[in-house]
Amino acid sequence: MELVRAQDLTKTYGTGATAVPALKGVSFSIEKGAFVSFIGPSGSGKTTLLNLMGCLDRPTGGRLAVAGIEVGAFGSKDGARFRGRHIGFIFQSFNLIPVLTVFENVEYPLVMVQDVPAATRSGRILGLLESVGMSDQQKKFPDQLSGGQKQRVAIARALVTHPELVLADEPTANLDRDTAHTIIQLMKRIRDELGTTFVFSTHDARIIDQAEGIFRIEDGKLQPDGNRGGSHHG
Amino acid sequence: MANIWRIAGRNLLRYKRRTLLTLSLIVVGVLFVSGFAAVTGSFKTLMIGQITDSFVGHMQIHRRGYLAAIDNLPLTMNLKPQAVKKVETLLEETPQIEAYSPRIKFGGMFSNFTETTNIRLNGVDPEKEARTVPLLLPRVMEGEQAIRKGEILVPELLARGMKVKVGDVAVVIATNKDGSVNGKQLKVGGILESATGPGGRDGYIHREDALEILRMEEMEISEIAVRVKEFARLQEVFGNLKSELSGERNTEGQPILEVHTWENLSPFYNIARMIDMMTLFIKLMLIAVVLISIMNVMIMAVYERIREIGTMAAIGTLPAKILSLFLCEGFLLGAIGAGIGSILSIAMIYAINLAGFTYDFGRQTGIVLSVSVDLYELAVISGIVVAVAAVASLQPAVKASRMDPIRALGYV
Repeated sequence: MELVRAQDLTKTYGTGATAVPALKGVSFSIEKGAFVSFIGPSGSGKTTLLNLMGCLDRPTGGRLAVAGIEVGAFGSKDGARFRGRHIGFIFQSFNLIPVLTVFENVEYPLVMVQDVPAATRSGRILGLLESVGMSDQQKKFPDQLSGGQKQRVAIARALVTHPELVLADEPTANLDRDTAHTIIQLMKRIRDELGTTFVFSTHDARIIDQAEGIFRIEDGKLQPDGNRGGSHHG
Repeated sequence: MANIWRIAGRNLLRYKRRTLLTLSLIVVGVLFVSGFAAVTGSFKTLMIGQITDSFVGHMQIHRRGYLAAIDNLPLTMNLKPQAVKKVETLLEETPQIEAYSPRIKFGGMFSNFTETTNIRLNGVDPEKEARTVPLLLPRVMEGEQAIRKGEILVPELLARGMKVKVGDVAVVIATNKDGSVNGKQLKVGGILESATGPGGRDGYIHREDALEILRMEEMEISEIAVRVKEFARLQEVFGNLKSELSGERNTEGQPILEVHTWENLSPFYNIARMIDMMTLFIKLMLIAVVLISIMNVMIMAVYERIREIGTMAAIGTLPAKILSLFLCEGFLLGAIGAGIGSILSIAMIYAINLAGFTYDFGRQTGIVLSVSVDLYELAVISGIVVAVAAVASLQPAVKASRMDPIRALGYV
């Protein structure tokens, strides 16, 4: 079952003589529950593609559907609402909110985005913290955690809203080899348990090896010979 | 919403020193403004009390047109007994009226048998006058605090100039409304301390003596001074009285009577208004201080937390909630500053009272500065601070809420 479908997707920054094409007619689809990665050199268009899938940006042309909904024309408010319901984000620099504890960081999307009642929040958060191995650190603040611990919290935060799609931009770039491996395994286990679709942008070989699907992107185009798993259409 | 407040509070604690400095600025501002308002307010209240209770009264009722000609004290514009009776009945039936005092005001000559000078005199009913202007008799510096028949209370400056003492005999000469001149010997019963404002240097005699000097066949009255029970409700009582008195009309359908509050009768009202204006300007300065300091802090906060704002937006936080978060931070800063400032203001006001500062006003010396906490004024100042704080954080909050998440996430 398809979760993401892109058809002839283009994205150009700027206009006229200063126009810079970032994506040049990209078509692909990602199945539900996939664990796929977009790879390619810096500036190839990986992050742009993730931004479009995450409704953080709008395509210049083509069509993009996530969870069966056309998201290409979303405005900022509609995009925010859609992200809050369907998409989780994991960032390279973890991006935890420094004034909130581990528990509160994970709680944040439930309170500020989904308005989940207090009675049901606690169980969900504690379950996820247990799952990422951070239940004993729940009262700590981000500056009291290691990089790996921060990323575990970020994963719990991305998953707490039960998103169908988790987008991770270079999630292991700031982690050492062992921690990166543990984090990848953790995400894979969660995918297996919850069926959440994970999409990465990376050039980290450790993720590439673990990914079940690869989309190689270069100069704004998907390379037909570099793909494995997933579906690349033309 | 509680969570937004919680996060806002934590964000303020994140930069403790900056928050503390901003709060200090607001607290000092509130202290300064409330202190200024309390001191000037106290001064104003004291002076209004002195003026109204010493000679003016809270209100005065005259025959229409009398006030415009009051400098000449025209006897032709006195109220006839019938009109006085009607007014007295109305005043007695009005429960908010504490007391009233009919007066015969006239100008005359005061002679100590060697020198003669001008004098403005009030012929009054001693008991009614004392109830209407309770600080009149305490102004008697020498002699007994009483207005008796055959006696005159001489104003201090005139007594000094004419070299008269308590117990001396003087002659008061006046021309009545028909033009005939009459005089009467009166004993100096007391020397009256001067008070600020017109009427503050008048002499006082019993109204029956005034009747005799002016050769009046019936008791005509120049003005009726009125004292209300609650000064705070003066305007309400004035409005009702004005409306009641407007029913009294002459044959041409014109109102016979006019009523004025102390504000129209004393030039101190202009000083009181100047004090209010100064307080207003001080408040405007406070607004500027709060506005600039909070806006500065909030702009800094937005710039320092761009990536954080981007994260919030990426997670799906709606722009309105990001806006609320920053507004709450500014509001909290203002509210905490106003709260601490108000508490310290109350403490400062008590300290001023304990210190017992004194000041001089005109010829009055050694007046003890007695300030009081005006909770309404304090609430207004706090309200201004909180509202301005919210307004000051609006622009940074709007900027944060409209931030492009991609740019914000990529901000270094």
